[in-house]
Amino acid sequence: MGKLALSERILMNIEKPARYIGNEVNIVKKDIKDIDIRFAVCFPDVYEIGMSYLGIQILYDFFNRRSDTYCERVYSPWPDLDKIMREENIKLFSLETQTPISEFDWLGITIQYEMCYTNILQVIELSGIPLYAKDRKKGDTFVIGGGPCSVNPEPLADFFDMFYIGEGEVSYNEILDLYKVYKASDMTREDFLRKASCIPGVYVPSLYDVSYNEDGTVHAINPIYDDVPKTIKWQAVTDFDNVPYPMKPVVPYIRATQDRVTLEIMRGCIRGCRFCQAGMIYRPTRQKNVEMLKEYARIMLDNTGYEEISLSSLSSSDYEELDELLTFLIELRDNDHINVSLPSLRIDAFSLDVMSKVQDIKKSSLTFAAEAGTQRLRDVINKGITEENIIKGSHDAFLGGWDKVKLYFMMGLPTETDEDLLGIAELAEKISEEYFDTVPKEKRNGRVMINASSSYFVPKPFTPFQWAPMITPEEYIRRAYFVKDAFARQRNKKSLKFQYHDAEITVLEGVLARGDRRLGKVLYDVYKKGAIYDAWTEFFNMNRYKEAFDENDVDINFYVTRERADDEIFPWEHLDVGVSRRFLLNEWHNAKAGVVTPNCRQKCSGCGAAVYKGGVCFEAKN
Amino acid sequence: MKLRIKYEKTGVLRFIGHLDVMRLFQKAIRRAKLDVAYSKGFSPHQIISFAAPMPLGMTSEGEYFDGEFNTVTSTEDMMDRLNRTLPDGIKVHDIVLLNDNAKPSMAIVSASDYYIYKNEECETDIPEVLKNYIEPMMNKTSVEIIKKTKSKEVMSDIKPLIYEIKPYKEGIYMLLASGSKDNLKPELVIEALCNEADIEYNRYDYMIHRIETYMGESKALKPLSCDGKQF
Repeated sequence: MGKLALSERILMNIEKPARYIGNEVNIVKKDIKDIDIRFAVCFPDVYEIGMSYLGIQILYDFFNRRSDTYCERVYSPWPDLDKIMREENIKLFSLETQTPISEFDWLGITIQYEMCYTNILQVIELSGIPLYAKDRKKGDTFVIGGGPCSVNPEPLADFFDMFYIGEGEVSYNEILDLYKVYKASDMTREDFLRKASCIPGVYVPSLYDVSYNEDGTVHAINPIYDDVPKTIKWQAVTDFDNVPYPMKPVVPYIRATQDRVTLEIMRGCIRGCRFCQAGMIYRPTRQKNVEMLKEYARIMLDNTGYEEISLSSLSSSDYEELDELLTFLIELRDNDHINVSLPSLRIDAFSLDVMSKVQDIKKSSLTFAAEAGTQRLRDVINKGITEENIIKGSHDAFLGGWDKVKLYFMMGLPTETDEDLLGIAELAEKISEEYFDTVPKEKRNGRVMINASSSYFVPKPFTPFQWAPMITPEEYIRRAYFVKDAFARQRNKKSLKFQYHDAEITVLEGVLARGDRRLGKVLYDVYKKGAIYDAWTEFFNMNRYKEAFDENDVDINFYVTRERADDEIFPWEHLDVGVSRRFLLNEWHNAKAGVVTPNCRQKCSGCGAAVYKGGVCFEAKN
Repeated sequence: MKLRIKYEKTGVLRFIGHLDVMRLFQKAIRRAKLDVAYSKGFSPHQIISFAAPMPLGMTSEGEYFDGEFNTVTSTEDMMDRLNRTLPDGIKVHDIVLLNDNAKPSMAIVSASDYYIYKNEECETDIPEVLKNYIEPMMNKTSVEIIKKTKSKEVMSDIKPLIYEIKPYKEGIYMLLASGSKDNLKPELVIEALCNEADIEYNRYDYMIHRIETYMGESKALKPLSCDGKQF
């Protein structure tokens, strides 16, 4: 056991020192003498959140399979330690060997949500790496970003040497092989970046020039050299059964948010909900062989000692061998005392039967992601769930003994009217009435509870709604009150509850999601005003952002409430996720016309993801 | 069958809390494939319970927990299987099969002894300085110190709870009352010594290491593992 980076005095004066000591079960140990490349993977949030994220475990395992590479982990220090590190000039360090990140060859940051952008600046700065990529020299750490937000990384372009667009398993080896040549030779940093930009999926923002029109929209995005590709193509794994998966995930000492074995059963989603970015960028839908998953589950449980297992996918009900997998999980539960945590399944007789076996019905609630209050609006967003599905599902659930239902909605969806908002309250009321019709008086224990909650819709890049305006926070609040009032007028109002998300943070998410490079300076200024942990309401301060936007003369509404013209060039136009712009635009028009598009298994709609030559696009043809 | 397991917690794992140690052992028992008993219900959990919670920052070679097992092999085999899967810093030293009439460990803890030594990061060797104040302090009729409870601060005489205190190796040895009836934290004794020496008390000027956890009357203490036999 080596020495810790932090002193006894510091560790005993901060919350949860175990966040910073490493030494967890299943960490990889290597002798630095045998290593050519030191890679730090970072989830820019607190340890307990970062350790819950499957993607880091996959990459950690993937990189460490290389004998010439040692991958270690790093997370954002909590604000208490952040303050001490700044005061005492302590550099951010890796968990495994407690080495300053500035001594690493690479710092790879996963970018999962917009509100962690200030934490990214925190991690880079505390690491002792120059914040702006342009200030880094040969010998400095390369900062590379990945994850869903990297499909529009433009607000962060100034701070990253490169982004990896797509699923890491595909091209990372090529990047590291080229890096070894760079490190061992007198190749300049600029030459390396230029060569790397030709590797599929690698986006080097400094090699692209962005020009703007007078109205502020993007005029053109062009590579500054002829040998740099004009578009960067998202990388997707095609042989999904043979892609490496971490059989020995690192097990934290302190309780992580998701503290269990996670079994990835499927990547991508066949559904094509028009608001959902993951559903578009992770196309095509690919699933893993059920026999292999069973073996994985056993090995991972043995290697970790976890007493709980959960499935990971965007829509588990669409996994074709779900019945067999769930039967297996119930056996695990009965024979090996493994708790089974089920992701939200489509509610039908089968899934209710399974749920009743693995959950305490009295304590658990059923969830319906209805997303919108009327069928008209659900058609606009292509949400393939009907009111009939929801009522029938609730009916079955009430018969099964459940008496708590959760409903998820979004407000501010394109074309939304007051009638759609009223529909939210009416749907909740109908479900409660279904309860009273289904469950006779003598069988009712306590009160049925229908908990509806709504978020504030944010249009995301590479979705059909990338053209759509976001409603203003004032309008969002009006709609929230409108719905609240409607709930109060329902007959069973005592059994209904309505909650809605914070408006301000969501507006910023909207700005950053579809933002451009001009926001880099704003982010820098916000960070310098002290912003970190903006995803945490207790640390978020809207005034810092408002000041920074004002000082930089940036109009929030340009990014948020403006509907884009069909032919507008987006800040992410030079990235290509497989799903074509033509398809997305067509879907945007279909949305406005209320026309539904079938899911991938019903009928191929020619979205463009077939270029990856795998997954659902080829299932029927086999 | 009830077993009592004795273990050490040292090194950097001094920074993980009591509940984390519990979860660590639950997972280690599964990895070692020991046949532990589970409770019934929707969230079955292993039937194990810990003798004495250990504060963050302290190391120990005398920690215990009791566990209910459906089947057992031998002390040696079970220790070996656990130790092969435990992380650096946690090591099982002994496993005994409890006598039929043995009470749960947490109910019978009566004392613990500690070794207080210098924190290497600290310039002055505080335990070395305090050594000279043991006798003057213990010669007094009472040793008054402010004990902080959840709601209030009370003046309390800790002398009756100090069973033994003496210079030891590079620092100080102390045997103190511990458990649910009377409990004295070693930190309070060091604070009292600092008062005696008229120097400022600081928790990070010294390290605490628990040597053993005991049961029985203060005149006839024996380690918790004496409630059973190796098998």
